Amino acid sequence: MVSVSHSAGASARGSAGLFSTRGARIKGIRLLVILGFVLFWEFAGRVLVDPAFLAPPTAVIQSLFGRIFADPAIVRAIWMTIIEVTIAYALAVIFGIAIGMLVGMTERGRKAFFPIIVMIWVIPNVTLLPLFMVVFGFGPVGKILYAFSGGIFPIMVNVIAGMRNVNQLYLRGATSMGASRMEVMRHVVFPNMVPSVFTGLRLGMIVTMLGVIASELFVSANGIGRYTRAFSEVYDPAPLFALIMTLAAISITLNEIVRTAERRFTRWKR
Amino acid sequence: MLVNRIIQVAFLGLIAAAWYWATDIRGVPRLLLPPMESVGASFGRLIESGAFWSALQVTLSTVAQAYLIAVLSGLLAGYLVSRSTFSVDVLEPVISGIFAIPLILFFPIFVLFLGIGVSSKIAFAAVYAFFPICLNTIAGLSQVDERYLRAARSMGASPFETFRHIQFPAARPVLVNGLRVSFLICFAAVLGGETLMSMDGLGRNIAQSAEAMAPANMYAWIIFVILTAFVLNMVVTFIEERTKEH
Repeated sequence: MVSVSHSAGASARGSAGLFSTRGARIKGIRLLVILGFVLFWEFAGRVLVDPAFLAPPTAVIQSLFGRIFADPAIVRAIWMTIIEVTIAYALAVIFGIAIGMLVGMTERGRKAFFPIIVMIWVIPNVTLLPLFMVVFGFGPVGKILYAFSGGIFPIMVNVIAGMRNVNQLYLRGATSMGASRMEVMRHVVFPNMVPSVFTGLRLGMIVTMLGVIASELFVSANGIGRYTRAFSEVYDPAPLFALIMTLAAISITLNEIVRTAERRFTRWKR
Repeated sequence: MLVNRIIQVAFLGLIAAAWYWATDIRGVPRLLLPPMESVGASFGRLIESGAFWSALQVTLSTVAQAYLIAVLSGLLAGYLVSRSTFSVDVLEPVISGIFAIPLILFFPIFVLFLGIGVSSKIAFAAVYAFFPICLNTIAGLSQVDERYLRAARSMGASPFETFRHIQFPAARPVLVNGLRVSFLICFAAVLGGETLMSMDGLGRNIAQSAEAMAPANMYAWIIFVILTAFVLNMVVTFIEERTKEH
């Protein structure tokens, strides 16, 4: 997972400078690529593909305002999704960090519990989706708990990894200079954990959103899933695309919030 | 490692004990958690009837087709993007940005295009699994030391020879990691697609038994899928270890 997240782009973003010609050129061409894709989509939607399946971006934007935002029930379902993600993520962060620290604090805790965490992590989360829905109901509680059950793992694992990877020399140095257990935690272990914890928080956000969206789509009686199903059944792609694009935009925004926090708090590390 | 296994087995024992306590002593509603004996009986029945195996076959063949598409297209796209640092800088953030969106959002569109059958699951899982392979190929190939490439070229190596003898070996650990991650993502995506909307496969059977309010069957299916996940994970880890030895 790590090599996926720390890929080549990061190096270019760092010191290249916002206004250097190369940096500006990269951004400009990236924008052109995206624009080209949208234009192709427009062309495909108008000429190439049956309008029962693909709506061009102009039609999608039209139905975004005409159908999605104009329907208070759909707007409520979108808000509900945001609230579910927020609550599930808050729970995942609180319990992920708390449990991760309890387990990661001691060598014995890591040895005893890490194998269990790894074993559970291997299970594809979606296997348990119907179970959560049956046990906790097809409403927001089941959706939140299901998303939480997935989102907690990357956070927990990365907190534990951050506590494990402290340089032993620093630990020995601090204790030999008379630091107490609390002081070692405060000045050596915590600062060392920060980058790893933020990796966990970023992955945890993606997995939490995945959980909320999956359960929203699974339940067809209420929420987002009701509308995606209704639009697909009558082959009405414009509002379907508009709803999905709205949720994608929300996901990107939530991701960016976490990534901005990550950049801000790990700046000293670079 | 042995200690880990013992801990894991002890944990499973603990779960079984908690299950027994909740159903047989506390009397939790059967609809939420049926007693172990009835899940065991369902499990036995599903093995005998061959339902497990036919669903497993559907799911695994879907995963195999999706994975094949993802590997070929991911490696090719990653290779093409990594050929210049400029295209890496332009495209890599776009690709990793898309991968950070929960792509299951787009699953209804796959169903709209390709129908409720196997092909929507193949396409969806292939798209999902494409990203880690593509991103790791880019990461692996673009971290190759420029001097080696220049040296190879100046000694008259063809692009294929450069790839075969320098780029590929240097990128291999990252590539292998991407292949492993994307296989597990591919499997999870097929299961997810089947759970949301399909006609057959492991995920479909879990969802169906949940909808039919047949908890003993649902738990039996879930346990079978978890066992499958463990076995697949072991196979993947084994293959990864083997490739490291060379």
